[in-house]
Amino acid sequence: MIRYILKKFGFMLVSLFCLVTATFVLMNAVPGSPLQSEKATSETIQKNLEAYYGLDKPLIVQYGIYLKNLVQGDLGISMKKKFQAVDKIISDSFSYSLKLGLVSVVTSVVAGCVLGIIAAMYHRKFLDNLAMIIAVIGLSIPSLVLAPLLQYVFAVKIKAFEVAGLNGPMDYVLPTIALSATSIAFIARLIRSTMIEVLNADFIKTAKAKGLAGHLIVWRHALRNSMLPVVTFLGFLMANVITGSVVIEKIFAIPGLGKFFVQSVSDRDYPLIMGITIFYAAILMVSRLLADIAYVLVDPRIRMSGGKGAK
Amino acid sequence: MKYKKVLSTAMAVTLAGSLLAACSNDKNNNTASPSASATNSPAESQASQENKTPQEFRFTLASEPPSLDPALMTDAQSSIVASGLYDGLTRLNPEGVPEPAIAKEWTMSDDGKTYTFKLRDDAKWSNGDPVTANDFEYSWKRALNPETASEYAYMLFYLENGEKYNSGEGSADEVGVKAIDATTLEVKLNSATPYFNSLIAHYTYWPVHEASVDGKPEWAADAKTIVSNGPFLLKEWAHGDKLVLTKNPDYYNAANVNFDTVTISLVEDETTVYNLFETGKIDWIGAQAGVVPLDVTPKVLSEGKGEVKEIASTYYYLFNTKQKPFDNVKVRKALSMAIDRQAIIDNVTKANQTPAYGLIPPSIGGLDGTNFRVLYPDSDYFSENVEEAKKLLAEGLAEGGLDKFPETTLLYNTSEGHKAIAEAIIDMWRKNLGVEVKLSNQEWGTFLETRDAGQFGIARAGWGADFNHAINFSYDLIHPKSLNNDGKYDNQAVGKALDDAIVATDEKARLDLIAQAEKTAIADDMAILPLYYYTTVTMKKDGFEDVVSDYAGHLDWAFGKKTN
Amino acid sequence: MLQKDSKTGAIRPEMFQPLRRDSGQGEKFQRERLTAWQDIRMRLYSNKLAMTGFWIMVVVLLFAVIAPLIYPHDHFTNDLTKTNMPPSADHWFGTDDLGRDMFERTWKGAQISLFVGFAAALIDLIIGIIYGGIMGYYGGKVDEAMNRFAEILYAIPNLLVVILLLVVMEPSLTTIIVAMSITGWINMAWIVRGQIMQLKNQEYALASKALGAGAMRIIFRHLIPNAMGPILVTMTLTVPGAIFTEAFLSFLGLGVQSPVASWGTMINDGVKSMTIYPWRLFFPAFFLSLTMFAFNVFGDGMRDAFDPKLKK
Repeated sequence: MIRYILKKFGFMLVSLFCLVTATFVLMNAVPGSPLQSEKATSETIQKNLEAYYGLDKPLIVQYGIYLKNLVQGDLGISMKKKFQAVDKIISDSFSYSLKLGLVSVVTSVVAGCVLGIIAAMYHRKFLDNLAMIIAVIGLSIPSLVLAPLLQYVFAVKIKAFEVAGLNGPMDYVLPTIALSATSIAFIARLIRSTMIEVLNADFIKTAKAKGLAGHLIVWRHALRNSMLPVVTFLGFLMANVITGSVVIEKIFAIPGLGKFFVQSVSDRDYPLIMGITIFYAAILMVSRLLADIAYVLVDPRIRMSGGKGAK
Repeated sequence: MKYKKVLSTAMAVTLAGSLLAACSNDKNNNTASPSASATNSPAESQASQENKTPQEFRFTLASEPPSLDPALMTDAQSSIVASGLYDGLTRLNPEGVPEPAIAKEWTMSDDGKTYTFKLRDDAKWSNGDPVTANDFEYSWKRALNPETASEYAYMLFYLENGEKYNSGEGSADEVGVKAIDATTLEVKLNSATPYFNSLIAHYTYWPVHEASVDGKPEWAADAKTIVSNGPFLLKEWAHGDKLVLTKNPDYYNAANVNFDTVTISLVEDETTVYNLFETGKIDWIGAQAGVVPLDVTPKVLSEGKGEVKEIASTYYYLFNTKQKPFDNVKVRKALSMAIDRQAIIDNVTKANQTPAYGLIPPSIGGLDGTNFRVLYPDSDYFSENVEEAKKLLAEGLAEGGLDKFPETTLLYNTSEGHKAIAEAIIDMWRKNLGVEVKLSNQEWGTFLETRDAGQFGIARAGWGADFNHAINFSYDLIHPKSLNNDGKYDNQAVGKALDDAIVATDEKARLDLIAQAEKTAIADDMAILPLYYYTTVTMKKDGFEDVVSDYAGHLDWAFGKKTN
Repeated sequence: MLQKDSKTGAIRPEMFQPLRRDSGQGEKFQRERLTAWQDIRMRLYSNKLAMTGFWIMVVVLLFAVIAPLIYPHDHFTNDLTKTNMPPSADHWFGTDDLGRDMFERTWKGAQISLFVGFAAALIDLIIGIIYGGIMGYYGGKVDEAMNRFAEILYAIPNLLVVILLLVVMEPSLTTIIVAMSITGWINMAWIVRGQIMQLKNQEYALASKALGAGAMRIIFRHLIPNAMGPILVTMTLTVPGAIFTEAFLSFLGLGVQSPVASWGTMINDGVKSMTIYPWRLFFPAFFLSLTMFAFNVFGDGMRDAFDPKLKK
């Protein structure tokens, strides 16, 4: 297993290198520059600025310098947020996104599983329909609408929560609901869908025939076998949610990573774009690796390294 | 380079008295409130000390100040925060009049080119060091140093050899600023600049503390390392989240500083800002410190919960004058005359903006306390007239050898407001002239590049004041050599009038020339399509006084107070 | 296989009757298919919720196509004297900030959003199934390489790609769909991969392999149909996702240009005036949710109906 993971990390580094290169090229190909402003700046000053940020050098040299610094663990300094180190911006904002993201992932999994199991156990009965209607509503109301609606009703009208910010535990409630609604619904539907199949599978029927109690069947056999798509989904839900949702962060004024990322692109803040991209990719790759490892744990029939299906 | 050189000369010669007149004839009730910073009377300072309940002022900014380093600041966000942190040689009061700050008094040589400032000896840095003339010399040279890469270095091109040093041709020693002793600063200018005492209130002229700054470029990005000299101290800067400022007890004018704490939260979403105000979490919206959402604006205004204040910015459309059919003046006039500006203001922008028929906004100063627009009204430049517009369009198209209006796009940068205005305008063109214009929106960076490259037929544009003078709206927008003249309007007579305006010795003659250039460019040539002069809608909680929007539309709060 | 069995077990005299009845229609093949479909249809029909979903989709589609043709107002003409009017007899869904008719705009927007949503979902589905199927079935180095490629693509800032696309392509619906498809399928591919990895070692797949079936046949005939559940569920997430991505891309300047508006852009704009002019948000949001609801329950019903394992 350790060799497997080490090998995976090796591949990850290669991927990261490709990603860095691709993003660097893309970023420079996109129109606009970090130094542009609405009012034209004189050539002298423009030149000083370019020299200062090293943008006067040929692209390939800039790329070399970036790689060299990157290898030394230096992500550079933001060009728009003057003299704020990129790694500091990322770690500051990530702490907000991570907290909210983890709360949201846990909420999604727990609520999604409960809804999904209920629906599957009472397949085509009233509870199934009710659970699925709830889930579908969650899927079809975008966070873009849900978040301001929650804010208006619960913070402005009822005054039960704060309008914005993440200062106390109660402040997590509204953003978490807004952030989790879609994934709750999605997980519930995934669980239901696979569990209905699993509940009809022979081994469950055998278990039933052997007289195993209904809830034991669900917990011991069915859920475990239904978790696989959820685990896949979690692989990138984790990556996406803990790196922040732009919409939620904007509406609840949370200084998370998502907001900085969009801002960095519209500012063409090159070092920040690169830094957040690398950070995001690393998280994505690690969560996907964890998901792969979880596959094996969840379903012992799956072999990761090559396996029977391959050669 | 050429452009900035000309511009800096323009600024150097033309500003006379204009900064002084900044808000002086503002008919807003803001002027009725007493100005805190203007008075040093013991009675008032007594009063503020008796008021024991801690005063807090809370507002929001849409994004974090990119920098709180005076040499690197370029934007409203930074200047709103930093105006509480720093004190320059002088400081503009809410009316825009410069008052002594770190400089107690000053003298000007007979030729107007040399200023000698006498600094107060009780001003201190937040680390306890005295603020000296050396600090100013260091700071100004630092901002000019090419290695500092200051975008606003040109604000210091007034100084003798300032530009030379910045372009890497001269040395720091040649720059015309010198500390004679700890409290005497001698400044040599390129040319007589009678309003220099206003200019030094601008943030690029603010001092920094050499020992804390030298070799530590990141000094101003952290509350722990920033060293400042103003009425407030930066207590906390949680990046992306909020800034907390507290009253500076060692500030020499601390008696007139009333707020004990100022909390600035960074909130981007307009509705969230409004909800924060409604739930009592902030005390102010408007003037670049939050925006009152468009849809609630009419309600806010009709219920008397907000105020409208003119700001020195113009909203206009650029014509690409090098491209058919916009190379034809009659076509340009037709498009401009077919728009009902008041209808757009009443139904789309909704904040009592003033319809624009010229370039120069009403809040820009003029002469002897009378604003430029009052002296030279734009109402006779042209009038909205659909019948006339139709006739002109037909003639214009015929002159251009076109049998119908060619396919054109109107380019704007993405924003709900710009979109609504553009939609309303193309609908007016369709109804009034039978002309179909397509819309195209782009995100900011792409938009700027497309517009700079002249890849448009019609493009949205806006211009806000850098300084309070009509030349800032005429030279920059319509001079053939201006880098900001993206429509490539080229009328040598206009260029000549503006060049003459820059070197004119008499302020009246200068304004006459500017007005003449403006009139030619609009009434005769319709170089651009003016739409409206901006306003800002502000809301504040009861009891707050002396927190206002200045002439350019930036929140001025440092000497505000709460009365209950 | 079931049908073969029943055929061999059939009683001779009875075999002649169905043949005669079918003589005009041709081969047995067709008949067998017909009954399979009939069976599915029957199961679908008996699922009331799924049928409700089906009819809702039909009605929404009909409205999207027909309403703009017969309704007296158009979607672009401003009427600045009638801005932000609540629903009335003249303007059924009220008017927007420029006095344009919301009923007309809602259905005009439906055309764009439904097209974009379903087209993007379909493309994601096709690419995702192929890519994910191959990745999951072959495993090993193939999986590793394809996985890495997908990860890199997924991690490249989408925003940059889209802005660059804006430079090379004209803003249009095609551009939007291209922009969304560049990375949209990855999610689906991963879900499929996980499913295939789980299914490929099951008895029927191994049996098929032992009988000499090719990889493609095993993947697409045996494995994918058994993974349909999660695939359909993922698709139900893709459609609303695509509809809102379209709004976001329009924001960047890539999408359909105003005055045409999609549900996504209308919701985007409507949210800001939610408390004052609620109808500007309500109608597009309501019909989007309704369509999504219908699509979901219908998709569920379809899956149940197709799945032989669920036969009662």
